[in-house]
Amino acid sequence: MLKQVEGSIAVAEAIALCRPDLVCAYPITPQTHIVEGLADMVRKGKIKSNCQYINVESEFAALSVCIGSSATGVRSYTATSSQGLLYMAEAVYNASGMRLPIVMTIGNRAIGGPINIWNDQSDSMALRDAGWIQIHAETNQEAGDLHIQAFKIAEQLSIPVMVCVDGFLLTHAYEQVEASTQEQVDEFLPPFKPMQALDCDDPMSIGAMVGPEAFMEVRALNVAHFDNALEPIQEISEEFEKIFGRKAGGLFEHYHSEEADTVVVSLGSVNGTVKDIIDEYRKEFVSIGSFKIGCYRPFPGKQILEQLKHAKRIIVVEKDYFAGVGGCLANDMKIAFRGSDAKIYSVIGGLGGRPIFKKSLMKILDRAMEDELEELSFIDLDRTLVEREQVREDQFMSNAG
Amino acid sequence: MSTELKPDFCQTGNLTAGNRLQSIDVVSVQSTEDRANALTSGHRACQGCGEALGARMAIDKVMELSKNKVHVVNATGCLEVFTTPFPETSWNVPWLHSLFGNAPAVATGVQAALKAKGMEDVTVIAQGGDGSTVDIGFGCLSGMFERNDDVLYICYDNEAYMNTGVQRSGATPPTARTATTPLSGPHPGNNFGQGKNVPKIAMAHGIAYVATATIANVRDLEAKVAKAMSMKGARYLHIHVPCPLGWGSLPKDTIKLARLAVESGLYPLFEGEHGEITGVTKIRKKVPVDEYLKLQRRFVHLFKKGADTEDLAGVQAIADAHIKYYGLLDDGEK
Amino acid sequence: MSLFEVRIHGRGGQGVVSAAEMLSVAVFTEGKHAQAIPSFGSERMGAPVQSFVRFSDHDIRTREPVTEPDCLIIQDVTLVNNDSTFAGLKDGGYVLLNTTHTIEELGIADKLKNIPPEHLMVVNASGLAREHLGRPIPNAALIGGFSAITGQLKIDSIEEAIRKKFSGAIADGNTAAARAAYDEVKKAKGLK
Repeated sequence: MLKQVEGSIAVAEAIALCRPDLVCAYPITPQTHIVEGLADMVRKGKIKSNCQYINVESEFAALSVCIGSSATGVRSYTATSSQGLLYMAEAVYNASGMRLPIVMTIGNRAIGGPINIWNDQSDSMALRDAGWIQIHAETNQEAGDLHIQAFKIAEQLSIPVMVCVDGFLLTHAYEQVEASTQEQVDEFLPPFKPMQALDCDDPMSIGAMVGPEAFMEVRALNVAHFDNALEPIQEISEEFEKIFGRKAGGLFEHYHSEEADTVVVSLGSVNGTVKDIIDEYRKEFVSIGSFKIGCYRPFPGKQILEQLKHAKRIIVVEKDYFAGVGGCLANDMKIAFRGSDAKIYSVIGGLGGRPIFKKSLMKILDRAMEDELEELSFIDLDRTLVEREQVREDQFMSNAG
Repeated sequence: MSTELKPDFCQTGNLTAGNRLQSIDVVSVQSTEDRANALTSGHRACQGCGEALGARMAIDKVMELSKNKVHVVNATGCLEVFTTPFPETSWNVPWLHSLFGNAPAVATGVQAALKAKGMEDVTVIAQGGDGSTVDIGFGCLSGMFERNDDVLYICYDNEAYMNTGVQRSGATPPTARTATTPLSGPHPGNNFGQGKNVPKIAMAHGIAYVATATIANVRDLEAKVAKAMSMKGARYLHIHVPCPLGWGSLPKDTIKLARLAVESGLYPLFEGEHGEITGVTKIRKKVPVDEYLKLQRRFVHLFKKGADTEDLAGVQAIADAHIKYYGLLDDGEK
Repeated sequence: MSLFEVRIHGRGGQGVVSAAEMLSVAVFTEGKHAQAIPSFGSERMGAPVQSFVRFSDHDIRTREPVTEPDCLIIQDVTLVNNDSTFAGLKDGGYVLLNTTHTIEELGIADKLKNIPPEHLMVVNASGLAREHLGRPIPNAALIGGFSAITGQLKIDSIEEAIRKKFSGAIADGNTAAARAAYDEVKKAKGLK
């Protein structure tokens, strides 16, 4: 059934169909409507299990509650963004270290300081190494669908999953979605069978202290399981298509990039804008396509290299920018394409919610196709202002000294 | 019932934990053969560790009352570290350790999961030392109290961060030496006028049951566990557990110190329900704080030549204030 | 129908975001694709806010702000002197203003030289809202007026969208305000 709904509600309704036993989250813009929607559904008995909804005092508590409930063997869900994700960071590593299959929505939002409530992907990027699978949604349809896949991925692999949904651009956007049915979800997602759980009939200690004699092996094992997740993630997306009759998720998606000379690589909703750009170029017979990465962690570097080995130039467009590493996705791509002849361009845009305009991005792509683009460039950055401020601040510092 | 006085022939007196001449309902779990030994031997605690004793006493009683249906959530700290050195564990119960500051929240999650599974007959215990309870986990503790989650929280208070090397916590008493309140400068040891009284804060949350207990009085401790277990909702038990290493005391003095803390008035034993005090354990034989403090090297500076006598007087004043506030002595006694 | 883009200007508290939401639902009830995105503020009452709506027969993939609107809805007339309000308006586009004044009185005729007169309408949406709803929230009336000025949506679809979001007396009041605005704008259009 088609519906016109806010992205957050599409996500909440998909999660409800997954029969979670526990929902626990702390409010933070732009994730609020998701958990509000779920709170309402739990009270109205719309979630068909004995679902517990807990209000907590912080994000750290929210994920901790999920750790407790997941370790007791029930399907557990939370959601957060930005500052909230950082506040629970300790628990994020703890959950993956203990192989607890928790699903968490990240309503992608910039990390402060300075404080900023708008969309970019610096939050999920900041915790890309925490051992959680990270998958990104391009549309509200995909945002809902990926949560259904996420529970299956998490429980099959005993690895927690972050579903990344661009704040405001998806969470607060009204779009058409095809709602899933309970029958479809029940067919796709079996009841949760935990790898281990607290059990009075079989008491065990979960969360022991591991010293130098065993820690390396435990870490190596954890990472090995993580790296092996790529194949099941792809398979689960294909299973989803069979049952639900539509594509969602998977490791990547081509859009006219199977043979294109120039390929624009991105994560999340910006790929929609890029697709419109590709269509405009293709009217003029330009050899260009877009390649969306669906699963960011583990990073399917080998698979991407295989898919794009024909490309002359790869333009990585991303909404994060960190001191010391630049764009995280560009970094991953450069590592994956080591030895290849393709030129990799890092394009940073959309930070702190600055819109990515088609026209602005096309100017950059034009320069790339003329081989006149810098290795690192920005969409609509006021360089003059930055440089002027740099000079001013340098003067201030030297005067102070 | 006869009003005649019954002659007291008990050879070892009422205080003995294993006194089988007592009626069955006051025999402690610890003295019985079929106690659960929830925390069994083979752990790595220091000789004379008060926390190991307190945890075993408390959880064995819980196991008896819950017919062995317990899930325990443990904060990071000495107890967690010395009981679960991978690949070994000395816990005979389902046990979960997550982080330092989140035991109450994790326990909330465990309890909610049990509810979702229709298994509310399983008791959920959250436990930790004073560091995790009073300081870093305080926010989560308050949240759990505020939601009135059906969790019994037990704090084992040895008055400092022992596992990391004896640093000061919000439970460290004034004048005590710790690694971060050393005996240097004009005011050696921990400051006066600081510190958190979490039992009182728990009372202020209005939860069903709050009690302080000590390993020096097993029956009192077990009775308080039983009282807590007879209720639902958030409950809090604060157990005083001397630490020979951190306190600079002899391992053989652990229980003696616990008793002296009570008898001096420094560690009052009381119970409260929904914010009102419902009972206190009177001091049997009051002692000056010196007798308690002198056995611990963390207070050695109070007794050195040239020591500021105001410090010792300050500690005595705290004990006296407790005695007055809680009514720990019968009228006429001093 | 190829892509039709609407930009709504107003101030926090006037239901700018709800207007976009309801328009997108109305489009959906007519079997087309619609996308509504708020330009997101920390919603302080009184601060200028914008929202964007796109309609199409096809899937809408882009998510940039609407820079070249086919139609502008201006919920708060105090915004007409902001540079951003009329920026990018397509030649031949539509403008619907919530005001009791005329275009001439507002002194913006210059900015709107390329707009045919029958595409340029004013309606006292706040007044109609006060009359039918009891509160001066002009959004429902304005989307009723949108239906009349652009002919992109049927007034019945507008009503359906209003009733999906609101219930009871509020739904009735909003619907009445929308229909009243629709009739007024239609009539005024006929006179041009």
